[in-house]
Amino acid sequence: MGNFNLKVMRFIEVFIGANGYKTVLEGLQNTLKIAVFGLVIGIVIGTLIAVVRVIPKYKVLPRILNGICSFYVAFFRGTPMVVQLLLSYYVALPLMGINLPSVSVAIVVFGLNSGAYISEIMRSGIQSVDPGQMEGGRAIGLSFSTTMIKIVIPQAIKNILPTLGNEFITLIKETSVVSFVGALDLYVAFNRIGSNSYEFMVPYLVMALIYIVLVLVISGLVKLMERSLRKSDRGR
Amino acid sequence: MIEVVNLNKSFGEIDVLHDINITINKGEKVVVVGPSGSGKSTFLRCLNCMEDPTSGSIIFNGVDIADMKVDINIHRQKMGMVFQHFNLFNNKTVIDNIMLAPVYVEKKRMKKLRRNNPQNEKIKTTKEIKAEAKAQATELLKRIGLEEKANAYPSQLSGGQKQRVAIVRALAMNPDVILFDEPTSALDPEMVGEVLELMKELAESGMTMVVVTHEMGFAREVGTRVIFMDEGRIVEENNPKEFFENPQNPRLKEFLSKVL
Repeated sequence: MGNFNLKVMRFIEVFIGANGYKTVLEGLQNTLKIAVFGLVIGIVIGTLIAVVRVIPKYKVLPRILNGICSFYVAFFRGTPMVVQLLLSYYVALPLMGINLPSVSVAIVVFGLNSGAYISEIMRSGIQSVDPGQMEGGRAIGLSFSTTMIKIVIPQAIKNILPTLGNEFITLIKETSVVSFVGALDLYVAFNRIGSNSYEFMVPYLVMALIYIVLVLVISGLVKLMERSLRKSDRGR
Repeated sequence: MIEVVNLNKSFGEIDVLHDINITINKGEKVVVVGPSGSGKSTFLRCLNCMEDPTSGSIIFNGVDIADMKVDINIHRQKMGMVFQHFNLFNNKTVIDNIMLAPVYVEKKRMKKLRRNNPQNEKIKTTKEIKAEAKAQATELLKRIGLEEKANAYPSQLSGGQKQRVAIVRALAMNPDVILFDEPTSALDPEMVGEVLELMKELAESGMTMVVVTHEMGFAREVGTRVIFMDEGRIVEENNPKEFFENPQNPRLKEFLSKVL
């Protein structure tokens, strides 16, 4: 036990004395940035793909779009996130001659990746909404897209909110792979503290603790949102 | 007002409607009856192209709306529809349900006006549009005695209240005709009366109505013309008196003997 106390002391020394907390704060910031912006991009892409998938396919254009979306989803669900990250950072962007900071690349890749997953979540959400809602909108003269945006998608999002919360939690945890392209996230920050103090036990423990707290806070927020969105269900 | 010419509809291999021809004039209350599976709901849904006709035309105010090139949304705004299951927007309050389409249409119209002439004095702001729509919606709710439910959600209403709101939602667009698809079939018996009462009022106000229903009393009392459909065809049509007292077709006689 005395040994452990020593390790804690050593950690605190580096964490506070050697400005380790600044690194951690930056890492935390990046982790949240990547997860939050990734989720936002993912919701936008996922919703677009989901709508393409539920559009009636009499015409050629929806069929072509549907094909593209199928390929997109297959690619991003069929390869590991690390591979997508490496491909973007070391292959795609250099080939295009674009130079972006690794955190930005991570945000885009996380967005593209979660878009593929969210599209399936969103599709099931849209299909869970009573078809009568679409009919009600169309019958009164609203277009397919207007009815989708104003009536169907809000109800779909309400239905899939818990699943979206899960997706966000997954994203937060997955940010630990961005170290592969040299971005500073929570994991890299604690890794650095460990390297500086030649002691990894306490930094990794604290790191795990921070991840758990993050996830618990997010689950709580999702529950709150669910409750406020359930307003229209009162009396049911 | 509506002229149906050689309307055919099939779902895959199954032919549901055969060569329907009918003209519905302004102010008429056409009631469509028939056994289930006779195609009466499909016929009604073809009138506003909720189901695309397989062939034939639907001429509404001089335009063939069955033509895929026509912007159907503009014409549907003038053809209200009331459904068996109400189809109120669950994520909107009662008043928003009624205001949604009028506000949307008016906003679109203003956009067009502004594009043609930004100085046009007739251009209203979104605030004005909403205020107008709200006043109209409140007026409509008052008419059905539900103004205190304006901010309730559909899930907080009874079936009869939902259907009455659905009817005034259609009215808010000032339609030329309202199509009713079995409006009382999903209601508890004690709520049928209030909905039929409102429909009667509408009929008296001169609204053109096409009603698919099993309510023979309503057909007799309110209808100006009753149509009997069987196996996708209009088998008999007549004024209500003749229709019920002197049916000609054997299938209609059999049907009436069962339902009356």
